[in-house]
Amino acid sequence: MSDVPISHILFVSTALFFIGMYGLFTRRNMITMLMAIELILNSVNINFVVFNKYLYPENLDGIFFTIFIITIAAAEAAVAIAIIINLYRSHRSIDVENAGEMKW
Amino acid sequence: MNYSSYIALIPLLPLASFAVLGLFGKKYFKNLSGIIGCLVLLTSTLLSLYAAYHYFFVDGKINGSYQTLIPLKYTWLSFSDSLSIDMGIILDPISVMMLVVVTFVSLMVHIFSLGYMKGEERFGTYYSFLSLFTFSMLGLVVASNIFQIYIFWELVGVSSYLLIGFYYDRPSAVAASKKAFIVTRFADLGFLVGILILGFQSETLDFNTLIQRLTDIHSPQLLAIASTSFLGISLLTWALTLVFIGGAGKSAMFPLHIWLPDAMEGPTPVSALIHAATMVVAGVYLVARLFPVFHINEASLHVVTWVGAVSAFLAAVIACTQTDIKRVLAYSTMSQIGYMMFALGVSGYGGENARLTDAVGQGLGYTASMFHLFTHAFFKSLLFLCAGAVIHIVHSNDMKDMGGLRKLMPITSIAFLIACLAIAGIPPFAGFFSKEEILMAAWQNHPAIYYIGLITSGITAFYMFRLYFSIFWNRTPDSQLTTPLAADRVPPSALAVGQGLPKAQHHSEGTLSMKLPLVILAIGTLLVGFIPFSKFISPDGKPFVSEMHLTFSIVPVAIATIGIFIAYRLYFRRSDRPEKLAAALGGLYNAAYRKFYIDEIYLFITKKIIFNLVGKPAAWIDRNIVDGTMNGIAWTTGRISVLIKGVQSGRVQSYALYFFGGIVVLIIVFLYLWK
Amino acid sequence: MTTRKIFRSAIWLLFSLIGIAALYFWLQVEFIAAVQIIVYVGGIVVLIIFSIFLTQQSGNEMPKQPLKRTITSALAVLFGFGLTFLQIWKYNFQPSTKNFDWSVSKIGSQMLGTKAAGYALPFEVVSMLLLAAMIGCIVIAMKAPGSATSGKAKEEKLETIKEASEIEITINEITGT
Repeated sequence: MSDVPISHILFVSTALFFIGMYGLFTRRNMITMLMAIELILNSVNINFVVFNKYLYPENLDGIFFTIFIITIAAAEAAVAIAIIINLYRSHRSIDVENAGEMKW
Repeated sequence: MNYSSYIALIPLLPLASFAVLGLFGKKYFKNLSGIIGCLVLLTSTLLSLYAAYHYFFVDGKINGSYQTLIPLKYTWLSFSDSLSIDMGIILDPISVMMLVVVTFVSLMVHIFSLGYMKGEERFGTYYSFLSLFTFSMLGLVVASNIFQIYIFWELVGVSSYLLIGFYYDRPSAVAASKKAFIVTRFADLGFLVGILILGFQSETLDFNTLIQRLTDIHSPQLLAIASTSFLGISLLTWALTLVFIGGAGKSAMFPLHIWLPDAMEGPTPVSALIHAATMVVAGVYLVARLFPVFHINEASLHVVTWVGAVSAFLAAVIACTQTDIKRVLAYSTMSQIGYMMFALGVSGYGGENARLTDAVGQGLGYTASMFHLFTHAFFKSLLFLCAGAVIHIVHSNDMKDMGGLRKLMPITSIAFLIACLAIAGIPPFAGFFSKEEILMAAWQNHPAIYYIGLITSGITAFYMFRLYFSIFWNRTPDSQLTTPLAADRVPPSALAVGQGLPKAQHHSEGTLSMKLPLVILAIGTLLVGFIPFSKFISPDGKPFVSEMHLTFSIVPVAIATIGIFIAYRLYFRRSDRPEKLAAALGGLYNAAYRKFYIDEIYLFITKKIIFNLVGKPAAWIDRNIVDGTMNGIAWTTGRISVLIKGVQSGRVQSYALYFFGGIVVLIIVFLYLWK
Repeated sequence: MTTRKIFRSAIWLLFSLIGIAALYFWLQVEFIAAVQIIVYVGGIVVLIIFSIFLTQQSGNEMPKQPLKRTITSALAVLFGFGLTFLQIWKYNFQPSTKNFDWSVSKIGSQMLGTKAAGYALPFEVVSMLLLAAMIGCIVIAMKAPGSATSGKAKEEKLETIKEASEIEITINEITGT
């Protein structure tokens, strides 16, 4: 399986990354935005692992990074959900346009 | 004896009084401020008299000539090693004399004001302004540095502005004070330029050094300044003429005299102090101070002489027609100062070569001018204070409302008579001696000026006695009033002088504080004529003997007597001779009554020319272009901010989009454009 | 990412995550794949679905974005993608030919090792972070007692606690191994 050139996998991960960004910019629902963020994080993970495998197989740094990223992503998702719940309580909607307190 | 221990107190005490009364007078002192002001002035006067006594009689003379002493000198602002503005006190004959004059007259005015301004609400402010003025004037006369004199010059202008506009709720008073300040300020522009030229060319601002450098024939500065010429006139003439313009403005010489009659809007004691005895002689004093330099330059002396003579004559003519007693006195002041000016103009200068017996060569004109300043201070302030007493009773300035006050105000009447005799030049009153000396100097030097002076003294006698008779006599015998009357008896008529009854006579002559200065000044007027002035004051400090030539004096005295007689015929009793005379003189009378339309000319120039051509465009530019630019910038900023406002939308996703866009731009920059 | 119904998009996310796990398997990093499935799929997606239910919008349609926004983002994203891919295509990656030995035991020992390539310190730090996140979630989602939505809050608290504990368990599993 190592005859798949690295660029292909990177292509996949990049595509994932940008799809996630598109979702982040476009969606109005806060929870959907969260899902898009998860997608982005995952694409980064793939990147790490791939680089580790193809370019520096003697170290395990990429793998560790990946583990940590997964962990932290989970924590961050939890906090995000908590914030969303809070906003839902005050605005009664999870539309991100309604949370315009920072507007001029 | 050490002068420096007390000489600085003379001007500084009134300054302290100004500060104290100005800050606390309204709240704490009220009526006490008058007493405080008087006490302070009394101290200053005594100190000046003591200094004068010391200077003139004890140790001022060295080798037979009066020295110029500088007891105090303090470097204030130093431009370079040689050029600096010092604050110092100079003591030479004229400054000591002026110290005495200023403090004494100021003291009289302070005492008089105790009675005159009683009940005035801003009593404390009035006295603080008086003290400020006294301080400024004293500083002016003892200034040892030409810039110091300029500083005090402006201070005097400010104090007079404050005092003239004392009744600030009267628009005429406000306008008058503005006019005074602006006209004198305009003249001071010339003064400043003159100072700068003189200071620059002689590389010093100190009076002594300046005079020495510019009068020594061999000095390089004199050579430089006399040989440089601008528009065909040497720089020295320019400088001196400009300095004289400044003096002319302050002394109300033609054509900068327009402020003086209007300045009579101030309280009468103020007029006595400022416009009789002190401020208006500042110009004369300045010329006297710089007299050695003026003497070297013939052209500027001519300017001085002719301006003085023209002013004297013009003012006398105008005074004949005025009905407001204070304005008559104002024009009389202008006339007398004209005398002082042209006396300086025709003066010689002592120096080592002059014979001691040739009075004119010794500087008779200089001495006569200073002597006349001295005596004029006495009788003119006396005249003004008497006028104040009259106005206090009659509540009107106009001659038409007065007449026959002789029995009601005996002391005032006698004092007024003494002063009028003095100013007319009748022996043995003070004015006789000083006027004779002036006329003698003019006769020796420039006969044309002598004739002008002669005719003017006749006219002076005429209008002064017109004033005197109109106020104190001029009543048909059956209506001489000895008791107070009710206020509204007979309506005043508008024709000749002195036909109506006095308007309101429900006071007595005035309090003691108002009578006392009159008496003291009257006594002074009687006596000061006998001071041998030339023994004390002469241009170079060497005393000389000036003799009185009796034969010479016959002509002026005769002319003065004729003037008095004419006034007597016209005004002693109520008659219609004045109107017939006025009608006969027709146009000339009208022109004189309207002060020769000089005011109208000034108004025309300022309104039509300066306002329209300079003021209005400047205002337009300021409003539209300057303000428009500012407004335009503000408006643009506002529009831009409205446009940018949308960026802060509060939408997180927009932020993320911009964020991403920025990153992309950075990536491109770093990859492709960063070399 | 483009469905309007929110529940559906959650399911798509689920499938995506499983796909990524498959990718890991293929790259012979089975451990990571396992972690991914357990944590992501089992924890986070569940969390998301819970919150969708809690905010009661699962059935509704979501409002649409203004067209300008959609097009701008699409353009931006495509542009970024193109740029990145250009870089990748141009760059000469030199794959190494060394041997690749990623057994789980090695991962474990290295993680807790304190030598040069040891990751003990980050490990501890991350534990602290998780603790903080847990407490933070509870605080943020906490509501004053006596309000209408406190029941939901309690459910939410439970959910977050469950989530965090699952992670703990995972890590403990690793250390145990």
